[in-house]
Amino acid sequence: MTYKAKFRVWRGDDESGDLQNYEVDVNEGEVVLDIVHRLQATQAPDLAVRWNCKAGKCGSCSAEVNGKPRLMCMTRMNTFTEDEVITITPMRTFPVIRDLVTDVSYNYTKARMVPAFAPPADLEPGDYRMAQVDVERSQEFRKCIECFMCNNVCHAVRDHEENKTTFSGPRFLMRIAELDMHPLDTVDRRKVAVDDHGLGYCNITKCCTEVCPEHIHITDNALIPLKERVADKRYDPIFSIASLFSRSKDTRTPAPETPKG
Amino acid sequence: MATTGIHSPGRAKIDADTLRTDRWWLQPLGVFLALTAFVVYSAWRVFSGKYYYSAPYISLFYSPCLSTTCVEGTEPGGPISWWMLSPSLLIAWIPLTFRFSCYYYRKAYFRSFWLSPPACAVAEPHSAYSGERKLPLILNNLHRYALYLALILNVVLTLDAVLAFKTPGGKWGYLGLGTLILTANAVALWLYTLSCHSCRNITAGRITHFSKHPLRYKAWTFVSKINEHHMLYAWISLCTVVLADFYVYLLASGRISDLVFFSA
Repeated sequence: MTYKAKFRVWRGDDESGDLQNYEVDVNEGEVVLDIVHRLQATQAPDLAVRWNCKAGKCGSCSAEVNGKPRLMCMTRMNTFTEDEVITITPMRTFPVIRDLVTDVSYNYTKARMVPAFAPPADLEPGDYRMAQVDVERSQEFRKCIECFMCNNVCHAVRDHEENKTTFSGPRFLMRIAELDMHPLDTVDRRKVAVDDHGLGYCNITKCCTEVCPEHIHITDNALIPLKERVADKRYDPIFSIASLFSRSKDTRTPAPETPKG
Repeated sequence: MATTGIHSPGRAKIDADTLRTDRWWLQPLGVFLALTAFVVYSAWRVFSGKYYYSAPYISLFYSPCLSTTCVEGTEPGGPISWWMLSPSLLIAWIPLTFRFSCYYYRKAYFRSFWLSPPACAVAEPHSAYSGERKLPLILNNLHRYALYLALILNVVLTLDAVLAFKTPGGKWGYLGLGTLILTANAVALWLYTLSCHSCRNITAGRITHFSKHPLRYKAWTFVSKINEHHMLYAWISLCTVVLADFYVYLLASGRISDLVFFSA
């Protein structure tokens, strides 16, 4: 059944902008992105919105719907009441380009700072052999679609612009955890996790996990295990001494100096 | 209007600190009230120094009772003679440290007490934020040491639960309401302690080749399973702690007598 829904959509650029009111037809089974497209087609042809797959797999249409970070293509209209005013804004952690489109280059800068996967030097690509139990932890993190909603919601950068230089956000700490847990990786990333990517800024408030559209347990399976691995090396004197006498030595080499930007 | 955080130059100009329309404040408020109530209650019981033993039950705030001032019958009782304050103070800092540095409670108090942030996508009120990089919060990285001590304490509390199956006269074969409460409390504390994230790291979380350590992997799998419910166990055990202590308080202060189901 079709009904008219009330929307407030943020329109503007990096200089100015405000929430503008619209009334748009909504049909059964539609998602918020459908409505934004209808708005473009009927009332606001210059409305800027980034989107691609419309299937929750490309991570392009991240925005904030009624104040919560959401993928617009995965936010069904039937989760709202028919008389509810629905507010759509761009992600509020990144600089806005226009309307619902933000500049997410902060994330790409941080991505380049993560030391790349480093298999043993004498291992040919066709010779990679890993047991399933050894890789499945890392595989969970490979579900990430890089929508950057976790970095958007993390208060360490959302509420503190100055921390963007020293903190990479949950997305890239998860990437570091993924590589640190990888059975074939030969690099010890614990030092760079703290010194270059700001692991210590994370205070476990789990908002990254709450907003993840892929339902990755970012905090429990990536950030906390990474914090514990760092504690092994940096904060636990008993473990450090015990590891000197351990039969299975940690032969990984420290991560190389992080390229900045 | 502020010019930091979500109001920083270049970001979308929106005056509101949050546009959330749900009751996001309800959960942090509830946690704040519940944890405050627990802190007030436990401070009262820890500092009071009385009404903590009624055979065969001992309050967990006072077990093991290590001071010479402990009432007769408490185990082990008496090795520390110079302690003049409440004997609970010798013990209570262990679970306090464990819970304070616990990854779940960190979320709870950062959100509910420090409002950092109060809820997701709700602006926090602080102008600066350094996370857990400086003293004292950097000490949270030593959560594992609190875990080791908590595990030892759990053994003692489990022993207390076992001894609660003795009659007040010391004969095996007794089942009172207190026995059930102390046993439930011991089970809840084990679930909470073993589901800890540090425990998960110690079992096998820190290794990268599970396949080379099958026993450790099994232990990690078990801890991972209960770790999913760590928050639930944190709250259940908090409630059983209060219930167990309050029941002993009521018995020891003579307000009620134990409900006995069976006695040899």
